Amino acid sequence: MRQGWVKKIMFKLKRYLRKYKKESVIAPMFKMLEACFELLTPLVMARIVDVGIRDRDMGYIMMMCAVMVAFGVFGLLCSATAQYFAAKAATGFGTALREDLFRHVNSFSYTELDMIGTSTLVTRLTSDINQVQAGVNLLLRLFLRSPFIVVGAVVMAFVVNARLAWIFVVLVPVLSLVIYGIMLATIPLYKKVQNRLDVVLRLTRESLAGARVVRAFSRQEDEIQDFREESEGLMHMQLLVGKISALLNPATYVIINAAILVVLWLGGGTVYSGELTQGGLIALINYMTQVLLALLALSMLIVSVTKASASAGRINDVFSQASGMKEGGSETDIREGEMKVSFRHVDFAYKGGKNALTDIRMEVKRGQTIGIIGGTGSGKSTVVNLIPRFYDASAGEVLVDGVDVREYPFSRLRGNIGIVPQNAVLFAGTIRENMQWGKKGASDDEIYRALEIAQAKEFVEAKPDGLETMVLQGGKNFSGGQRQRLTIARALVGEPEILILDDSASALDFATDAKLRRAIAAQTRGMTVFIVSQRAASIKDADQILVLDDGRQVGLGTHRELLETCGVYHEICMSQFSEKELEKS
Amino acid sequence: MNEKKERSIKNREIYRRILRLIQPYRHLLILSLIFAVVSVVLTLYAPVLTGRGIDLVIGKGNVDFDGLRPILVRFALVVAATALAQWLMNLCNNKITYHVVKDIRTQAFEHLEELPLRYIDSLQYGEIISRVVADVDQFSDGLLMGFSQLFTGIITIFGTLGFMLGINVAITVFVVVMTPMSLFVASFIARRTFSMFRAQSEARAAMTGLVDEMVGNQKIVKAFSYEKEAEQRFQDINEKLRTSSLKAIFFSSLTNPSTRFVNNLVSTGVAIIGAVMAIRGRLTVGQLSCFVSYANQYTKPFNEISGVATEFQNAVVCAGRVFDLIDETPQAPDAPDALALTPERVDGSVELENVAFSYKKNAPLIQNLSLNVKPGQRIAIVGPTGCGKTTMINLLMRFYDVDAGEIRVSGYPIKSLTRDSLRRNYGMVLQETWLKAGTVAENIAYGKLDASREEIIQAAKEAHAHGFISRMPDGYDTQISESGGNLSQGQKQLLCIARVMLCLPPMLILDEATSSIDTRTEIRIQKAFARMMQGRTSFIVAHRLSTIKEADVILVMKDGHIIEQGNHETLLAEGGFYAELYNSQFARSV
Repeated sequence: MRQGWVKKIMFKLKRYLRKYKKESVIAPMFKMLEACFELLTPLVMARIVDVGIRDRDMGYIMMMCAVMVAFGVFGLLCSATAQYFAAKAATGFGTALREDLFRHVNSFSYTELDMIGTSTLVTRLTSDINQVQAGVNLLLRLFLRSPFIVVGAVVMAFVVNARLAWIFVVLVPVLSLVIYGIMLATIPLYKKVQNRLDVVLRLTRESLAGARVVRAFSRQEDEIQDFREESEGLMHMQLLVGKISALLNPATYVIINAAILVVLWLGGGTVYSGELTQGGLIALINYMTQVLLALLALSMLIVSVTKASASAGRINDVFSQASGMKEGGSETDIREGEMKVSFRHVDFAYKGGKNALTDIRMEVKRGQTIGIIGGTGSGKSTVVNLIPRFYDASAGEVLVDGVDVREYPFSRLRGNIGIVPQNAVLFAGTIRENMQWGKKGASDDEIYRALEIAQAKEFVEAKPDGLETMVLQGGKNFSGGQRQRLTIARALVGEPEILILDDSASALDFATDAKLRRAIAAQTRGMTVFIVSQRAASIKDADQILVLDDGRQVGLGTHRELLETCGVYHEICMSQFSEKELEKS
Repeated sequence: MNEKKERSIKNREIYRRILRLIQPYRHLLILSLIFAVVSVVLTLYAPVLTGRGIDLVIGKGNVDFDGLRPILVRFALVVAATALAQWLMNLCNNKITYHVVKDIRTQAFEHLEELPLRYIDSLQYGEIISRVVADVDQFSDGLLMGFSQLFTGIITIFGTLGFMLGINVAITVFVVVMTPMSLFVASFIARRTFSMFRAQSEARAAMTGLVDEMVGNQKIVKAFSYEKEAEQRFQDINEKLRTSSLKAIFFSSLTNPSTRFVNNLVSTGVAIIGAVMAIRGRLTVGQLSCFVSYANQYTKPFNEISGVATEFQNAVVCAGRVFDLIDETPQAPDAPDALALTPERVDGSVELENVAFSYKKNAPLIQNLSLNVKPGQRIAIVGPTGCGKTTMINLLMRFYDVDAGEIRVSGYPIKSLTRDSLRRNYGMVLQETWLKAGTVAENIAYGKLDASREEIIQAAKEAHAHGFISRMPDGYDTQISESGGNLSQGQKQLLCIARVMLCLPPMLILDEATSSIDTRTEIRIQKAFARMMQGRTSFIVAHRLSTIKEADVILVMKDGHIIEQGNHETLLAEGGFYAELYNSQFARSV
């Protein structure tokens, strides 16, 4: 049942091996060829004893030894060939799979990204694929070889002596039972050990993140006590697993030697009656060892394949998630009307959730500045995410230049929109490279203009390398405020027609925030700007302010109008400004 | 050269400490060694018996059944004893390893609680966590492998050598001379593959880096229509990874077949020499078969030892990292005559006199700061983000020690007080809300373990948290997942307030930052703060102008310095940074 499930998952990914059909046949073939030589060696050894030593024929012995060396050389060559083709098929498989998965992830819309989560996508693209690749490599090399050796050794035993070979027929299932019994018993326990280890990890992280609180309440001793208990629990679990897995070696040792004992005893009788030679007896004992080694290798293989198939399952989950968004055609007829952006009775719900937006109605003229305000979870970011079509409205329509956003090709729609996301993310590379995300091949002049508006020119110029300054991954070498200003500049570089600032000035102090807004208003005439903010001060001068409460549009108008008419807006302003300031504005 | 020497001295030190950790389990270690010797010797004795058995089974009509029987009985006994010894050895090894690991892990954690925050703040959590979890784990693997394979490996080598010498000197010499070959081949391949593995891991790191950026920030990639470029860059790295992986996998997978081949050569050599001797009657067939099996067993540990040695070295490096953590100087202990700041000693006044402080030696942050806070006063700390407002909290609660000057609480210099009692007199609500995995009630009672359910509910009510708590599935017994994942930011903050509300110490440190909290909850939090502050000395990292204006003293900070100090009116009149900050709030933007 479980095996079938494993097979099914691996099967789905099999198509990535299709390009390596030749390799995936050759590798196991050569592996089996190598096994053949290995299986023949004990027979040669038996001949040396039975013929060479009995007849005192030095020439024969030398010849047989030469045969053994030849077997060794062939075995080595076959093995190397097999390893090469297996490695080639496996890495080719991994590369194709990785590329396909990456492209698939790129096709996701925000809905799918929210559902799966980007951090797990990263692990699936890296470690999970590595795991599967290693599994494929191992599978190609060992999956056929080990059973082949087991079966081959039994067959060879029958060739040597049919009566004694029945001992093998009993031995193989008994050994398998013991090996896989111990394996099956320990695998779930290993999972428990892992869970315990996760708790230890959690406690450590908790204690570090909460170092101040723990010390503020003087709870260090209790934290240590908790950790000690968990650590001890982990140890007991490890000891339990250890006790069981420690059985593996002694148990297989006893079984294999019991079989040798039986072979010797019954073999004595067979040799006495002349059915078996002394050399044949030695060969039988050698085959026993080969069976044991092959079965142990197979058990290792099963462990790694189980791991790989768990990874394969996670990868398949991603593949089975298709993007629910269809790109529009390339022929869109843009009507250069007065309205830049329109929301017409727009509803929106995140997948499986209740409505996050209900009946949003808004007409935005070219060049206007729109403020969007409301509490957390009121749907501010969701509104602006509908404009570049990161999500599709579940009812109503969103229009840009009079055309439904669903009719645009993505690059055309998004190419005209500059977005500054909530968390300021920069990429590894130079400042110039980062700025050119906004517009491919943008000149330094264009970049500096954008930096100036974003209030970032000053600190970029202060850097000895200017635009050549390296940005570390995630922009770690810049402060939060600097990062935010750089992301704003990045969005401005392409001189987009629509600029969306999604709560993206939160790390700026009031003075810089105000300067920034003034610069945007003064230097980007004609640009339609959406400002999402928690601070009433940031949006109070906008041409229109959209007030949201729990996904509903509770107000739309100017600051003055809303103070009079909109209760929620009044409440927000009251909590942020004093009476006098409200009057002054 | 010198560096090498230093490292070897350091390594020796690490070995010594590992031995010291094992010290308490030395009786187990001795037992393990005894079992190892017993099991190896018996394992090696078994082929001697099978060899003798084979020699009694010569050919048709030539089998010595009477001689065979006692040999087989002895064989059975030897096998049983071997298995038992092996199992017991494994148990001993497990016990030593896991106990040592638990000890070192607990020790590391205990030390963590004593390390100064200056150290904890300077490192990324991930780094410390990986020492306490991953490094210790690696250490345990290496230790276990070292015990179970290094011991038995070495004993096996000497054991087989002894047994082989007992049977035939000439063949033994041959085997001993030939073994370095397989070692040589293995190390030759290992050296060749090392650079290939490095190339592979570099390509992997580049791949992870790119994926991390492009997929981790997929939403931005989409926003800038950067998908095509991302795919292009991905393909380039992917191709590099493919070639380097192919090389690394292929060449490294040659190790096993190659060493196996060399071992086969050795066996063949043994067979030839053995056969010649057998013909001359100087060796029996049974002894020959026994020899072939010895030759195999003798070379095996050599092949394994190089793997075990790298693993063990790795374990030593990991242990070194854990020891480094444990060796980190803990905070200076409380003075032996330190006073406990008991309720009757506290009046709520705080004085700072000529305080100087800096995080880095050459970058002075706070200099000559003096401040006199009377009981019940409110101090607002204002300034742009990242201006060092948390520095004040660090100093007041003595998470960091001042470099010069003195802080006094209720007239007592805080260095003369026990840290625990000082901190207990502060109620702290920070912006980064920290909750423990556990129930809601446990979290509220974090500062007062013996609080009754009534007290907990009362505190929650006063913190305006009772409402949402009672709506949760199990009310006060609802489990909170790690770092409060199932609660909203605002709810977490309310729980943190309730936690302080339950203890209500005479002095408060509050961080007002309420970004990402909805208006309704924010109003609730404000009300809760106001209630807490009544009659208490409070330090507030302030964001709201209303709070700032009502404060008795405003500390204006910028780039870590306190640049202005006074109340709202005097500061506005000064027309400095505060005035600019205040006016910019209402500067016309058009």
